Parts: sequence; C-alpha cells; structure tokens
Amino acid sequence: MRKVEMKLVYARQIAEDTIEMKLEDNYITQIAEPGQFIYIALPNFTLRRPISIADVDREQKQLTILFKIFGRGTASFAAYEPGMIVDCIGPNGNGFPFDTDKMEKVLLIGGGIGVPPLYYLGKKLKSKGIEVTSILGYQTAAQVFYEEEFNQLGETIVVTDDGSYGEKGYVTDIITDSFNFDLYYSCGPTGMLRALTSKLQDKKGYISLEERMGCGVGACAACVVSTKNEQGYLKICHDGPVFPAKEVIL
Amino acid sequence: MMDLQVKLPGLNLKNPVMPASGCFGFGKEYSRFYDLSLLGAVMMKAATGTERLGNPTPRVAETSSGMLNAIGLQNPGVDKIIAEEVPFLAQYDTEIIANIAGSTIEEYKEVAKKFNDAPEVKAFELNISCPNVKEGGIQFGTDPDMAKEVTTIVKRASDKPVYVKLSPNVSNIVAMAKAVEEAGADGLTMINTLTGMQIHLPSRRPLIANKTGGLSGAAIKPIAIRMIYEVREQVNLPIIGMGGIETAEDVLEFLLAGANAVAVGTANFQNPLVMPEIINELPKTLEKYGFSSVHDAIGKAVFV
Ligand SMILES: Cc1cc2nc3c(=O)[nH]c(=O)nc-3n(C[C@H](O)[C@H](O)[C@H](O)COP(=O)(O)OP(=O)(O)OC[C@H]3O[C@@H](n4cnc5c(N)ncnc54)[C@H](O)[C@@H]3O)c2cc1C
Ligand SMILES: Cc1cc2nc3c(=O)[nH]c(=O)nc-3n(C[C@H](O)[C@H](O)[C@H](O)COP(=O)(O)O)c2cc1C
Repeated sequence: MRKVEMKLVYARQIAEDTIEMKLEDNYITQIAEPGQFIYIALPNFTLRRPISIADVDREQKQLTILFKIFGRGTASFAAYEPGMIVDCIGPNGNGFPFDTDKMEKVLLIGGGIGVPPLYYLGKKLKSKGIEVTSILGYQTAAQVFYEEEFNQLGETIVVTDDGSYGEKGYVTDIITDSFNFDLYYSCGPTGMLRALTSKLQDKKGYISLEERMGCGVGACAACVVSTKNEQGYLKICHDGPVFPAKEVIL
Repeated sequence: MMDLQVKLPGLNLKNPVMPASGCFGFGKEYSRFYDLSLLGAVMMKAATGTERLGNPTPRVAETSSGMLNAIGLQNPGVDKIIAEEVPFLAQYDTEIIANIAGSTIEEYKEVAKKFNDAPEVKAFELNISCPNVKEGGIQFGTDPDMAKEVTTIVKRASDKPVYVKLSPNVSNIVAMAKAVEEAGADGLTMINTLTGMQIHLPSRRPLIANKTGGLSGAAIKPIAIRMIYEVREQVNLPIIGMGGIETAEDVLEFLLAGANAVAVGTANFQNPLVMPEIINELPKTLEKYGFSSVHDAIGKAVFV
C-alpha cells in the first residue's frame, strides 16, 4: 500500500451514470489482487473515495475501475479526462481468498456497483481452470454493464429488479438447488448480501462489504463490522473488505 | 539550519508536529508510509480501563471542509495497549503521549496508574472532551469543577506530566483552562471536535448512527485559533494546538496564536504523508515570515 499518482488513460460511460476508467502506474498495478480497492483523493473533498479494482493488466501497467455517479465526489471524478493525474492510495485491504486446488466450480453474485471486483476475480479463476458461473443483478436495463465480459468467463445470468432486461427479480430469486458450486463470492448492497448469505448459509462463501471510511488504512476505526466470534469488530478497510460470509454480522 | 526543537514538560520534541489522538491509531498503519522517527511525538488513540467496542456504524460523515466522527473510543483497553502497542512505538525515536479516557473518575485514575508504570510513555493527554460517549468524557470537559476534580486525581495517581485536552463545546474556554491549571495540569491540548449532526435526505435520519458526531478538519481551524488566542492571554500553561491543520502555514498560524506545538488529525486521512511533508516545509515557511526558530514564533501574533 502506497500513495501514488496514477494517470488516467481512458474513460467512458458504459451504462446509466456508470463510468469505466483505466489508470496507469508502476506500483499498484503490479501487486493488486481481486477484491482490493484503491482510495482516491478528489480536490476539495476531505475524505477519499474507495473504489474496487475491477481488472488489472500487469504488462500494460493499467487497472480498470467501474463506478457509479452517486453523490458529489463521484460526480466530480466522472468529469476527469484522460491525461489527468489521480491521487490514489492502494492497493488497500485484503482481496478474495482462493485456493484453486480445492475448488472446481464457483458462483459469483454481484449487485449493481458491487459487480466490478468480481470481474477480476472471475478472470483469475477462469485462467486457473475453475468453472465460473455469474449472476449479475441491476435495478433496470439502462444500468446493466459488463454482461459481455462476464459471458467470456462462463454462464452469466442477468437479473433486473423491474424485469426490463434479463430475468425479473433479485439475484436471490435465481439461485435454486440446481446450481452446483463449491464456493460463492459476492459483492453488492448490504440488503442483498444479507438475503444471500441467509439463503446460502450451508455454503462456503466470501462477501465484500461497504462502509463509510475515514483513513482507509486501518487507523481510525470508522468502518467496522461486527463478527460472530470473539474478535468483536473488524475493520473493513484493513481486515476486509472481503470476509468469510459466516464470520460477519450484517 | 532552522531550529525546530520544542521543550515541553516531559517532552523533548525534535519538531513541533505530532499526530492527534484517534487519527493515527497506535502508529502501525502509518509506519507503512514513512519512518515514525520523523515525528516530534505520537499521541496514541484513547485508552480506557477495559476494552471498548465503540459505536454502531456509520461512524463518519463528510462535511464541507471537514468531517463528523463518532467512533466512541473503540480501543483494546490499557493493558493490551501497554503490552502490544507501546513497545511497537518505542522502537522509534519519538516521544509517546498516552491519551486517557474513562466513564468515571475511578477509571481515569486506574488508566493513569497503569501508564505511569510504562517508562516509554512520556506524558498524558487527559481526554475530558470526547463528545461521542454516553457517560464521562464530555461532561468532565464542560463543567469546570468536574474538570478540576479529574485532573487533580490523575495528577495524584502519577508523576508524569498531564496535558488536559479541552473541548470547544463550551461558552467559556478560559474558565475551563483556568480550572485545570489550578488543579495542577502541566499543559493543555486543544481543541477536540465540535458536536455536529448531518441528516441523510433519503432516510430522513441522522447519517451517523450515534446521531451526533464530532466535527474536525479545516472547517474548525478558525475556532481553534480563536480559543488558543483567548487561553494564551490568561493562562500560562504550554499548549499543543490542533484543529484543521493541513499545511506548514497552518502550523505557523497556531504558533503565532500561542500554541507551543501542534497535532494533525483529519488531514492524515486525505494525505497519509501530510506530517512528514509539513515538517519538511516548516523551516522554509518560518524563514519566509522572518522567524529563526519554532520557539521564536510562539505567541508572536500581534493583537494591538
Ligand atoms: C471497499 C469499497 C469498494 C467500493 N467499490 C466501488 C466500486 O467499485 N464502484 C462504485 O461505484 N462504488 C464503490 N464503492 C462505493 C463508493 O465508495 C461510494 O459510492 C462513493 O464513495 C460515494 O461518494 P460520493 O462522493 O459520490 O457520495 P457522497 O454521498 O457525497 O459521499 C459522502 C461520503 O460518504 C461516503 N460514502 C457514500 N456512500 C458510500 C458507500 N456506499 N460506501 C462507502 N462510502 C460511501 C463517501 O466516500 C464520502 O466520504 C465502494 C465502497 C467500498 C467501501
Ligand atoms: C476519527 C477521529 C477519532 C478521534 N479520536 C479521538 C480520541 O480517541 N481521543 C481524543 O482525545 N481525540 C480524538 N479525536 C479528536 C482529534 O484528536 C482532534 O482533537 C480533532 O480531530 C481536531 O483536529 P483535526 O481537525 O486536525 O482533526 C478524534 C478525531 C477524529 C477525526
């Protein structure tokens, strides 16, 4: 983890209020793992913004991020143009653990802007011969992104809340007993993760959590999550953002 | 070479810059960014008698030029801090200041006694001003009689210098400073955060789970400067100033107002390297405004 200047080399809108960017540097791109995030400073904002690493190309020294214009910070970031310098700390946190000797089939479940970190994970797993199935949930057709990219990794089911694209409903409606997998990985809104982890309580899985952060490096204890064991609170920015689904209380 | 040294009760500071309590943990995380020996001192995160889990989340909210926090004194308890955190910091060539909190006077006393036996801890910062816990903290910091009492008891329980951390959530900061001066405080640190609230429009609820939080960052700097000025006029204790410091110019402003040293809190979150950068800039800034040392600038604002 270091503070570095990344160069914005590419930016485009890929869905409603959703931006894809590629950032270049010599450090973060060389060590980032799936599930880690970068912590981005924006001029005139006190706190940095955490954004997941959605893909990495070590040779090109580039990483991809995908973010939704949510409030004032992400709106100002969306106006950045290629060539500009982005002040980042990264890579932060611990990513998705995987032991490719112990698994054959995994299920990825992403909700909205929780989809991005699963892409880099899916790509890594597929390259190691793991069979990847993805369920991607969005509110509505206009917000769907990366369907093509996930299709390249394996079977991909898109779900929208209003049924305007793909299947209608929530990601949890789609998962039936016919799904066969050793492990699941998920990232998305807390409500979705709560429903999902209770539905899949017999399965082993890892989830990536979001919380409002202060320092982003583990010092200030702002972004904590309760655990089911003796450890009390864990820090999402430092101990997570990925946790075993059975370990945390959502 | 510009002389940055400052001597304060119990503290030989190689420069006047240190992290503010609660914004730097116990140093481990920031030691990944730079050598902590660069710092004048480290103010550790608050310690209580036993472990505190703190408040529910969300615990922070961003504001214009600042932030609110309601961490709620989450800490592993004084014993664990002495066993696991102090030895880590002691590896560095910097002074260690322990921040002491509690719900009762008894708890403050117990924590002070334990830190008194830790030779690496050079001074105490008595946190009577945490706005984010239900019991203790703030009421000790807003009532001059209670502030005096807790200071007296902690002074008796230990022989290390005690710096009392003042809350800005009072109408008469000078009365608070005088009360703890009478009780034998060796210094003051000021200011802690100002109580604030932010309402989240979609849910119509306070964004912070604790409802209120403490405001910190650039937004509070003018309040800190004003309060240091008021206290400096009437109280002789050394002051470690804090509240919104982001640059070497800000440090100079605090020195001019009457602070003897400074602490940096919220600015670490935006820039983890902010303190080494400030320390590096400080000689040039002092020189630019005609000072030959840190000492030379203290209290040099002109008010007539
Ligand atoms: C580990 C992690 C990874 C993330 N990855 C992505 C991603 O890949 N793509 C994406 O679009 N979003 C991601 N988010 C959410 C993203 O950080 C927020 O949408 C963003 O911070 C909102 O900033 P804003 O200024 O637009 O909103 P505002 O509401 O104006 O922000 C105000 C403050 O609240 C914080 N905040 C608001 N919403 C969130 C949230 N959901 N999580 C954490 N902090 C929040 C902001 O950081 C800021 O400090 C991630 C969050 C976390 C914790
Ligand atoms: C996240 C956070 C946690 C804090 N925790 C403590 C604490 O444990 N004890 C304490 O005395 N002050 C605490 N403070 C207050 C700071 O030490 C400091 O007095 C205040 O933030 C003003 O300085 P700043 O504007 O540079 O942050 C905390 C502040 C923040 C932002």
